[in-house]
Amino acid sequence: MKYLIMIWHNPKSRAIWESFSDAERAEGWRAYAELNENLIASGEMVISEALADPSQGRRVPAAEGQSLATDGPFPEAKEQLAGFYLVDCESYERAMEIGAMVPESALGLVEVRPVLAMNGPDM
Amino acid sequence: MNEVESLLREHAPQVLAALVRHHGGFETCEDAVQEALLAAATQWPVEGVPAKPRGWLITVASRRRTELWRNETARQRREETVVLLEPAGAPPPPDVDDTLTLLFLCCHPALTAASQVALTLRAVGGLTTAEIARAFLVPEATIGQRISRAKQRIKASGAEFRMPPPAERPARTAAVLRVLYLIFNEGYTASSGPALHRVELTTEAIRLTRQLHARLPGDGELAGLLALMLLTDARRPARARPDGSLVPLAEQDRTRWDRAAICEGVGLVSAALTTTEVGPYQLQAAIAAVHDEAERTEDTDWAQILGLYDLLDRLAPGPMVTLNRIVAVAMVYGPATGLAQLDRAEADPALAGHHRTHAVRAHLLDLAGEREAAREQYRLAAKRTLSVPEQRYLESKAAG
Repeated sequence: MKYLIMIWHNPKSRAIWESFSDAERAEGWRAYAELNENLIASGEMVISEALADPSQGRRVPAAEGQSLATDGPFPEAKEQLAGFYLVDCESYERAMEIGAMVPESALGLVEVRPVLAMNGPDM
Repeated sequence: MNEVESLLREHAPQVLAALVRHHGGFETCEDAVQEALLAAATQWPVEGVPAKPRGWLITVASRRRTELWRNETARQRREETVVLLEPAGAPPPPDVDDTLTLLFLCCHPALTAASQVALTLRAVGGLTTAEIARAFLVPEATIGQRISRAKQRIKASGAEFRMPPPAERPARTAAVLRVLYLIFNEGYTASSGPALHRVELTTEAIRLTRQLHARLPGDGELAGLLALMLLTDARRPARARPDGSLVPLAEQDRTRWDRAAICEGVGLVSAALTTTEVGPYQLQAAIAAVHDEAERTEDTDWAQILGLYDLLDRLAPGPMVTLNRIVAVAMVYGPATGLAQLDRAEADPALAGHHRTHAVRAHLLDLAGEREAAREQYRLAAKRTLSVPEQRYLESKAAG
C-alpha cells in the first residue's frame, strides 16, 4: 500500500529553522539522510522530493485573461508543502512510523495520507 | 507471452533450485540464474531453442555462479583455496525439481510480506524485476532493492536450502499460501489499460498454486485456495465494463463466466471439504462456488451462504467476515434483521466508520426502501474508500 508523507512548513517553523546554529542544521540534514538510506535499504522508498520555496510557485490560470495578480500563488494558506515522501509499506501504522522520523513531525507538520488504489474488490 | 518467454518462466525456478541445492548460497545462485535467463532470452530467439533447455540453463548458470563466487572470494585466501580445489569442469548439478523447497525459502518468516511476494515472483515465477515493478506500480529500483534486501536477510538468517522441519511446516505452509493469495489479489483487478499486466499476476498465482497442489494434493487448504482463485477468476470476463468500471456481482452477465474454471473449482473444493480438515480458504471457496453456481442472481442460495459464513465466523473471525455474514442474514431474514445486527457489529472499532460498513448499511437501507438514508451512506462510503473503481461505483450509487 502506498502512502504520501507530506512535510508542511509555516512561517513559525521557518523561523525556528532560521534560528538554528550550523550544528543544529547539520543534525537536521543528518536525520533526513539516515531516513532516506533506511527507506531505500528496506525497499519502502518510492520517491522523495523537496519542493522549492512557495514564492517560486506559479498558479495555472483557470481561464485565459482571468489570472489574478497576487503576492503568491496561495497567499491565504497558512501552511505550505515543503517536500514529500511516497513510500510503499505494509500498513498505515508503518507509514506513520516513517512519518514520525521526519524531523518536522516534532512540530506537528507532517501528514500521512493513503494513496488510492486503481484496483477494487468485488462488490 | 512468446514461446521462449514461457519456456524460461517454466524452467527458471527449477534451474535456481537445482543450483542452490548443489552449491548453496541463494544470493549468488539467484544472480547467476538471472544472467543465464538473460543470455537465453537474447540467444534463443536467434540461434534457436537448445534440445535440452533446462540442461542448457543449468550449465550456463552453474558456470556463471562459479565465476561470481571466484570474484567474491578472491580476497579471501582460505576460500580461494576451496575454489581451486573444486575440479575444473565439475559435472553440473543433478537435474531434480526443487521448486517447492524454493517456494518455502522465498516465503521465509524473516521477510516482510512485500519482500516475500517480490522474491517469489522473481525466483519461483520467473518474472523480471521490471515486470514485478509494473504490476505493483512502483519504480524498478524499489523492487530491485526489495529483492536484494530479501536475499541478504535470508543469508543473514542462516536459512538452509531444504524443506522446513515437520514441526515448522504448518506455519510455513500458511505463509506460502498467504503469499500466493496476495499475488492473486494484486492481479485481480478490473482496470484495463496499463493495469492489464496484472492479469498476468492472477495467471501466475494460479499457475504456482496449481504446481504446488500437484505436489501436495492432500493439503486441504491449498486445494481450497486453488479453488478460490479459479472460482473468483472465472468471473473476470463479466467484472468490468468496456470503460473499466466495476460491475457488482449481482449485475454481472453470468453467461460470460468461465464455466470450465467454475467446474474445476467446484470439484476441488467439494473434494477438499469432504476429505480434509475444513479451513478458511475452503470455506471462502465454497461461498464463491455457491455464487458461481447460481445461473441468475435471484437463484443464489443465500441460506447456504449464511451457513458457510457462520462456520467461517467461528473458524477465522474478522471484521469483513462479520459484514459479509450480515449481508447474508439480510438476504435470508430481510433487511431489518440485517440492519439490527449491523448496529450491534458497529461496536467493534474495526468496523465503526469503515467505508465498507457504510456501503453495507447503504445496501440494506436500499433493500428496505429507504432511498434517502441509503444515498447518505453511499456518499460516506465513497469518501472513505481507498480504491478508485470502488469510489466511482459508490458515487454512482449515491447519485442514482
